[in-house]
Amino acid sequence: MAETATPANPETLRAARRSPASHLAPTFESGSVAGTVALKEIPFQTMVGIRVDRNSDAGARLASVTGGLPVACGEISGDERATTLWLGPDEFLVVAPESAHDSLGGDLVRALVEALGDDPGQVVDLSANRTTFELSGIRARDVLEKGCSLDLHPRAFRAGTALATEIGNIPAMLFKTGEDSFRIFPRASFADFLGRWLLDSMREYASPEVP
Amino acid sequence: MLLISCPNCGPRDETEFHYGGQAHVAYPENPDALTDRQWAEYLFYRDNTKGAFAERWVHSTGCRQWFNMLRDTVSYDIQAIYKMGQPRPDMERADVNTSAATTPEGATK
Ligand SMILES: [Zn+2]
Repeated sequence: MAETATPANPETLRAARRSPASHLAPTFESGSVAGTVALKEIPFQTMVGIRVDRNSDAGARLASVTGGLPVACGEISGDERATTLWLGPDEFLVVAPESAHDSLGGDLVRALVEALGDDPGQVVDLSANRTTFELSGIRARDVLEKGCSLDLHPRAFRAGTALATEIGNIPAMLFKTGEDSFRIFPRASFADFLGRWLLDSMREYASPEVP
Repeated sequence: MLLISCPNCGPRDETEFHYGGQAHVAYPENPDALTDRQWAEYLFYRDNTKGAFAERWVHSTGCRQWFNMLRDTVSYDIQAIYKMGQPRPDMERADVNTSAATTPEGATK
């Protein structure tokens, strides 16, 4: 069960934190190509891992907090408060803005812990486990296709779909948020590698196209 | 590179999976009753089949679920994928090499 202590001063906590790719922020900015492809980190999103049988009572209670639990691979559920991604038949990842975290005045983790109660399953605060990259622009799919073997063509991979896969040989969640925008959730220890890998993949689009 | 159809996620590259060895090796009913040799055989001895072989795989960078696969160890042809706990499908034993190509379902049953 996640026990999340509330510090006396959330602002002190926020100032003390460093996101896993914060040192790459200037490089992300200079490596982005206006109107073509852009990369940035969205740090400190609230993430909660859930393991529960979605057909159980606890599953129903958790679903009422998250706005549903996705049924199958690729599906997502939720509302503007939080998005829930399918990780496995009984495993889900809730992603919400930073402000939803209990240490910053939100109540997402506590609400989920209470919904599970003493039933079999897990609710774990995983906010520090992964960071979020946002890759967007007309070339975003081309950048990803250099290192991801999924079929990313829009006819197969639609906006509002999230898949656990490998990008640049590292495991990551890939969430297509719009026609030309993706969110990638690498584990914190892979953030530096994947950030540099994406920058490398983006580099060719900064030069004029060779006919 | 094998293209493996995860029962939950669909076809994915082999690099997303890990191998779990021979399937259907049952845990001994009463491990205390085994001799050292029997215990060692349970732990370490596996079939070395030429032909259709039932084995376990896990989709490690996907849904993290285990499943069974019937794969030809010569051609790498994946003949069947089925859930953990299900018996080995009784398929094409006739048209696989008849000579010692197939094995019974593990050492103990
Ligand atoms: Zn899978």
